[in-house]
Amino acid sequence: MSSLHLAILAPLIVSIFIPLFYKIFRRIHTGWFVLPLPILLFVYFLSILPITMSGKSLIKIINWIPSLGINFTVKVDGLGLLFSLLITGIGALVVLYSIYYLAKNKEKLNHFYVYLLLFMGAMLGVVLSDNLIVMYAFWELTSFSSFLLIGYWYERDKSRYGAQKSMLITVFGGLAMLGGFILLYIMTGTFSFTELMSQANDIFNHALFVPALLCILLGAFTKSAQFPFYIWLPDAMEAPTPVSAYLHSATMVKAGIYLVARFTPVFGEHYLWFWLVTGVGILTMIWGSVFAVKQTDLKAILAFSTVSQLGLIMSLLGAGAAAHHYKFLDENIFTVAVTAAIFHLINHATFKGSLFMVAGIVDHETGTRDIRKLGGLIHFMPITFTISIIGAFSMAGLPPFNGFLSKEMFFTAMVHVTEMDIFNLETWGILFPVFAWIASIFTFVYSMILVFKTFTGKYQPEKLEKIPHEASIGLLISPAILVSLVIIFGFFPNLLSDSLISPAMASILPSLLGAGEEFKVHISFWHGINIELFMTLGVIILGVFLYQTLSRWKPIYKSIPEKLALNRFYDFLIEGVQSGSYTFTKSYMNGSIRSYLVYVFAFFIFILATTLIGKNAITFDTSNVSSIGVYEVILAIFVVLGSICILFAKSRMTSIILLGAVGYTVSLFYVLFRAPDLALTQLVIETISVALFLVCFYHLPKLRKFETRMSFKLTNALISIGVGAVVTLIALSAHSSKLFDSISQYYVENTYKEAAGKNMVNVILVDFRGFDTLFEITVLAIASLGIFGMIKLRLNRRKEG
Amino acid sequence: MRKTNNIILETAIKVLLFFIVLYSVYIFTAGHYYPGGGFIGGLMTAGAIVLLLITYDIKTVEKILPVNYRILTGIGLLFAIGTSAGSLFFDVPFLTHAFGDVQLPILGEVSLHTATLFDLGVYLVVVGVTMTIIQTIGEDE
Repeated sequence: MSSLHLAILAPLIVSIFIPLFYKIFRRIHTGWFVLPLPILLFVYFLSILPITMSGKSLIKIINWIPSLGINFTVKVDGLGLLFSLLITGIGALVVLYSIYYLAKNKEKLNHFYVYLLLFMGAMLGVVLSDNLIVMYAFWELTSFSSFLLIGYWYERDKSRYGAQKSMLITVFGGLAMLGGFILLYIMTGTFSFTELMSQANDIFNHALFVPALLCILLGAFTKSAQFPFYIWLPDAMEAPTPVSAYLHSATMVKAGIYLVARFTPVFGEHYLWFWLVTGVGILTMIWGSVFAVKQTDLKAILAFSTVSQLGLIMSLLGAGAAAHHYKFLDENIFTVAVTAAIFHLINHATFKGSLFMVAGIVDHETGTRDIRKLGGLIHFMPITFTISIIGAFSMAGLPPFNGFLSKEMFFTAMVHVTEMDIFNLETWGILFPVFAWIASIFTFVYSMILVFKTFTGKYQPEKLEKIPHEASIGLLISPAILVSLVIIFGFFPNLLSDSLISPAMASILPSLLGAGEEFKVHISFWHGINIELFMTLGVIILGVFLYQTLSRWKPIYKSIPEKLALNRFYDFLIEGVQSGSYTFTKSYMNGSIRSYLVYVFAFFIFILATTLIGKNAITFDTSNVSSIGVYEVILAIFVVLGSICILFAKSRMTSIILLGAVGYTVSLFYVLFRAPDLALTQLVIETISVALFLVCFYHLPKLRKFETRMSFKLTNALISIGVGAVVTLIALSAHSSKLFDSISQYYVENTYKEAAGKNMVNVILVDFRGFDTLFEITVLAIASLGIFGMIKLRLNRRKEG
Repeated sequence: MRKTNNIILETAIKVLLFFIVLYSVYIFTAGHYYPGGGFIGGLMTAGAIVLLLITYDIKTVEKILPVNYRILTGIGLLFAIGTSAGSLFFDVPFLTHAFGDVQLPILGEVSLHTATLFDLGVYLVVVGVTMTIIQTIGEDE
């Protein structure tokens, strides 16, 4: 196991010990034990930076299921490293912030940090796995940990609602993505991403190309909260603020962006990719920014703003993918879109992270996040105000902050779209810069609302739960660091261009690079007097005007009918599915085990009999049959006699004992056939099940009248005879038809050689087919917990009356 | 429930129980070479406890063996998964077993096998599951 694998698994391993830390060191905030890990990992990933900067990548492989092509392959390239640094860097700041945000004696810190570490490990796994199946597993793990974190305050209705919503939507997308991966496997025969890229041309011409593209985009759009799937993100704000800052703005929601970036070399040349990614992205951006203005909750504004900004990055990636059509590196004006996407990805993490933390501070110190109640906090919280104004100005795209630079590049990229001569862009292309511009105006407006409605205006102490005061230094450190990055990246953007942006671009647009070449990225403030500059000026002027007249035009939002909201549709769908499946299930689940057995066995007979007949599989061959001895005949008579007696038994006790007798007799058969393991197992199982029957005996209903009715007996008789006949037929046919050599010879030869055991049965159980055993005991454990849960729940309810 | 007189069973089980449990442990450890293994061993141990349950009542047995069988199941699963995942640390696929002969003090040369640890997991899960089911159903009156 390499240090890279360990880096991914470290958060998961540490999470096992969190409950111990929490129990043993009650007086120390558990967060302090977590904090060193992301810092260490951040430093570790920084140390890999020189490798990716020189255009190389690091690959380490652990064979997992080599026979299926599933291996735990870790690959660090520019894109993966950029995300790893984001995950660990922001992770460290968020953990530090959470230490001061979550009180150690009120909150369930052991849960919180386990989920958070679970997420961190999973997210690192997503961005560093080269194997699609492994990546999918980590992808779903991020959905699960997000579900757990949103539902952290699970006693609240809204938390549970939000958690369920995010889970349903992201897991639905995840499954679609898995479908896409499997389609890719059908096309190429590999799950390895690196190998996939080398076959990109074959994939492009394959019939399954479009379905795979759609499936994978579905995964990306649900995860990155693109229209119309974004509805889960605003509800995810029920999570504690550190989580919102970490998962739902800086990292997890960018997994979809990552996926799109990753698959650009494979799918990017197709026109569907361009139209879907860019189109949905820009639509999401405008939709999110327009509705962000409507919100009154600080976190809700930030949520919609995140949706909008994710749309922005998405549209840039789509536009950048079109650069594949212009196979030259120098003067390729379309690569600027990818540069802008990556640059804005970093910038967004810095300013949005700090703004979320500020929202958390305001909530923490005043007791509310409602901008209608807030105002005039500038006098109480000057430092918080400073942080938030820098963050918000950067988000609005004002100089000299980093958001200005990436926003300008965004405009450049969108203007370039109109210059493309592919995909009918000559006609419709003009919509992209127009949409981008309108969305940016609204972005400006909500950024201003965020700062000025909170910190300036009239102070309303009567509406606040607490007397506001400046936050403690611990709460301020993390947002302050992020904001200083906003300024540093604003003044020295080229710190990032060679170290992070250029290697990440190489991962997204590899086909444009020849051997030894790299992308030359240079970001500058002043591009001369051009259309982008006028666009920015227009945004500022119109933005200020709209902000000033906000109270006049905001009522327009009220005229949008509630019924058309996507949330209504979601709720309707969920309720419909619930009541529909309830009615359907109710129609055949009548609560009687007898009917269920009838269903099960009737289906059993049907499916096996039709297969047997349909495949013409019934054969009888007596050439390879041993002679029948006296003992076998005697035992068989016992079994038959016992079974017939059960039919006529008057009490349940008698039938249970008779059933046991039949079982013991069967075990004697195994003795005769020299299978001591089976005989032993059968004996013990029989003992235990008779004991179980005796325990249940108390609860079984009395033999009732209707059971003597003819129709009831007839159905049962038919089904029993059917099952018996089918099983007998299968047993005879299985014995008579030998399609291939028995595997037993392999076991005979290898049991001692390979596994150093002499008892073949047991070696098969624990070694050759150990996976089966592992799954079986897991199923057993789940079943026992299920029984425990059902019975205890009923007991408790009875006690409560 | 009405008190029944089963003095013979009560006396006999005090001795028998140890034999059954010892035999089940023997069957478990012998598994790799002779008939037996974790599954049968576990079932037999569970059988011994069930016998105890039938002789006495659930409350008494809980007093004699204050074991939380759900946790026992968990420990068993940890053993099985831990042994399987442990192989990853040695750069071999999941669930690859290792074995070898080891010279131990007193016992002399013994052949050890990681499969036994896996089997121990199976053993614990089987005991835990069987007893959880029987105990919960038995308590529900």
